[in-house]
Amino acid sequence: MADDKFDAIVVGAGPAGSACAYVLAREGKNVLLVERGDIAGAKNVSGGRLYTYALEMIEPGMYLRAPLQRKIVREQIMLLGERTATTIDYFDPAFAEKVPQSYSVVRAKLDEWFAGEAEAKGATLASGVKVDGVIEEGGKIVGIRAGEEEMRCEIVVAADGINSLIAQKAGLFADVEGHAVGIGVKETIELPDSEISTRFAVKDDEGAARVAIGCTDGISGGAFLYTNKGSISLGIVFNPAQAAKQGRHVQDILQDFKTHPAILALIEGGTTVEYGAHLVPEIGYRGIPEKLHREGMVVIGDAARFGINTGLIIRGMDLAMVSGLAAAQAILAAEDTSRVGLLYMKKLEELFLLGEERAYQNFHKVFEIPRVFREVPKLANEAMQFLFRVDGKIPTPMVHGLMDVAHRNMSFGQMLADGWKVYRSL
Amino acid sequence: MSIKRLSPEESLALNKFTVDEGNPHIVVDKEICAHCTDRACLVVCPARLYRLKDGQVSFEFAGCLECGTCRVMCSEGGITSWNYPRATFGVTYRAS
Repeated sequence: MADDKFDAIVVGAGPAGSACAYVLAREGKNVLLVERGDIAGAKNVSGGRLYTYALEMIEPGMYLRAPLQRKIVREQIMLLGERTATTIDYFDPAFAEKVPQSYSVVRAKLDEWFAGEAEAKGATLASGVKVDGVIEEGGKIVGIRAGEEEMRCEIVVAADGINSLIAQKAGLFADVEGHAVGIGVKETIELPDSEISTRFAVKDDEGAARVAIGCTDGISGGAFLYTNKGSISLGIVFNPAQAAKQGRHVQDILQDFKTHPAILALIEGGTTVEYGAHLVPEIGYRGIPEKLHREGMVVIGDAARFGINTGLIIRGMDLAMVSGLAAAQAILAAEDTSRVGLLYMKKLEELFLLGEERAYQNFHKVFEIPRVFREVPKLANEAMQFLFRVDGKIPTPMVHGLMDVAHRNMSFGQMLADGWKVYRSL
Repeated sequence: MSIKRLSPEESLALNKFTVDEGNPHIVVDKEICAHCTDRACLVVCPARLYRLKDGQVSFEFAGCLECGTCRVMCSEGGITSWNYPRATFGVTYRAS
């Protein structure tokens, strides 16, 4: 292998890396796709939803071949009290029509398939290979080192995930900081497919995606639930700095959520088959490193910290794919490697990735409001209890009762301050 | 089996690990950790591999989920080296 020189070496066969390798190989480039897992996907964890437009950008109709789980037609928001729960359920069959808007996914399946697609187009897939460092000559990155082996290329594409040791070794940016990430923990729970369809009131190929707050012991963060084929992905993403201060172990808080009566009813009878954890970029545009390229290297996907989280929409894999496409287009268009970096940044704009990131750039500030994660969901549930409870006694007048509930949880000043902060952030 | 609370050990026992015996991919210097007051690792490691034993931070690398949270949250530099496990070792996710 040492004698070959590749047009491009892509480090990491996740959604970003495989998208990049697929497009480059399809257009005739000699690509090496390196993956440290024995199989692509073996090291990867995500909540589990892919917005389909990204696959369509890479190749129309490609999603039809992909091992996707369920088309998401129910978007659910859950506010949890200690034993209570208030759920908003938005059902939209249009989300399943034509090219569906999104699917739940299992990364072990999706990533293996996608790397295989790149391989089928002519990319060389090297699984079970851990990249230890980069080769630098004359101020340029000219290849990678893996153990004793050196592999050379025109350009290295760093798609090695949120920890991106490769981009750090190339001196592009420092390690990601605690405030800019979330720690996600997740259980995959097997449950018969028909049971999932019944419990979530969906057809067999359709599914629900749920986000929940009020289940993190007041830590900035939220839970997610995705219905797959024959399994449910259930997890929580926490702000690690707040979790550290709060002092309770994150795995333990996940167990609370899992056994909350309103959640337990959905997963009862199931079997947990895997426990995963992963870091996710949490602060969107403001978390993206200043430099995503130098001569001989571009950084894509989680490694570039692309992410959008509005609390309702949580995106990473789609942005990873789009950034992989942007890098491939830049490599294909550049006359020489010194031009690739700037072209890549231009393509990120043209494909709207950076514009989308900017549109949500202050959104993470909402998650800095501490009351969002404890008092607000508690207040919502207490208000519901007040509205629905019948006990044969003379009720408190409606307005007074609701004001009492509100004041038990938050002062008027806090409500005003929080409301203003939300308004400013959106 | 039905749904029940799982301890960290029970959670990890569900996963497939190939342990690189004698080759820890993360190295922790207990002398440095002895002076650390944050000790975020004790709470944020999702595998709960950092524990207090006789007042000292102890670390077990088998069972690592390779997320990187400990490295990101380590404030005093007690983690002197953080790497992914060697190729073919570590966790193999099959359903995540």
